[in-house]
Amino acid sequence: MNLESIPIQAFLIVSSVLFCIGIWGLLNSRNAVRVLMSIELMLNAVNINLMAFSSYIDNNLIQGQVFTIFVITVAAAEAAVGLAILLSLYRNRVTVDMESFNLLKW
Amino acid sequence: MSIAITTQIICFTVLSLIILIGALGVVLLESIVYSAFLLGGVFMSVAGLYLLLNASFVAAAQVLVYVGAVNVLIIFAIMLVNKKEDLKPINDIKSRRIISTSICITLLSLLIRVDLTNVWSLSNPQNSIGEESTIRIGEHLFSDYLLPFEVASVLLLMAMIGAIVLARRDVMSKDISTGLPVDQELIEKSSEPLLTNKN
Repeated sequence: MNLESIPIQAFLIVSSVLFCIGIWGLLNSRNAVRVLMSIELMLNAVNINLMAFSSYIDNNLIQGQVFTIFVITVAAAEAAVGLAILLSLYRNRVTVDMESFNLLKW
Repeated sequence: MSIAITTQIICFTVLSLIILIGALGVVLLESIVYSAFLLGGVFMSVAGLYLLLNASFVAAAQVLVYVGAVNVLIIFAIMLVNKKEDLKPINDIKSRRIISTSICITLLSLLIRVDLTNVWSLSNPQNSIGEESTIRIGEHLFSDYLLPFEVASVLLLMAMIGAIVLARRDVMSKDISTGLPVDQELIEKSSEPLLTNKN
């Protein structure tokens, strides 16, 4: 097999598997910090996708790389606010168990 | 990129294995501290993938923002909420696991099918700007993406103020939901002065 470069499908499959691992962690974690980590994993999967498309399909204008930079910005803001919310929850409820945050459940 | 194709494939395989095994460790490991450090490894390997894709600027931004800021923030949060607690068992945990796992596997097979069967309209590698990508990103950020760039700066300011307001130590006298008095020890830890005269 004569390859010029790594096929784009390899990057896309890695990003798909990473995204699904992130969703599994988001649904199954009981520790709120681990939920935030799973969200970061999913954002990274999306970033790998954008970078692969930028490099293989739009390799002159590379708008995907600009999008990745914006996603990194939003992820940093999300992590800061998410962890602040987690701290104030912990102060009120003295636990990080996701099952005990049922204030909005009827 | 000027690296030989065999080297590229070896680097890609190693980085992907680190990413996927590390991500599994992040969601499956019992200790949350191990998860946090593995997450740092995953972020570094993703930066390596970006280098393979000729994007040195985004790789540097990934290392600075994710490993330098987000991961440190997560480790700080783990230190602040680090309390050993015995989780209450859930009755229907098995059915929940089965449902969520089957949803994830279905989504994964769907995504992989799309990845493999779709015909991607790949552009000519001759047009690639390669190592000049940093210059092109700068041109984008200051011409056609100027408004999103400025909005992102306002967003970061808002997130910073919001995080400070949310995480500030407000002393609450009672719990919002239960009405019970809040354990004030958790809000302001009373500590013995270091230089007390014991006798």
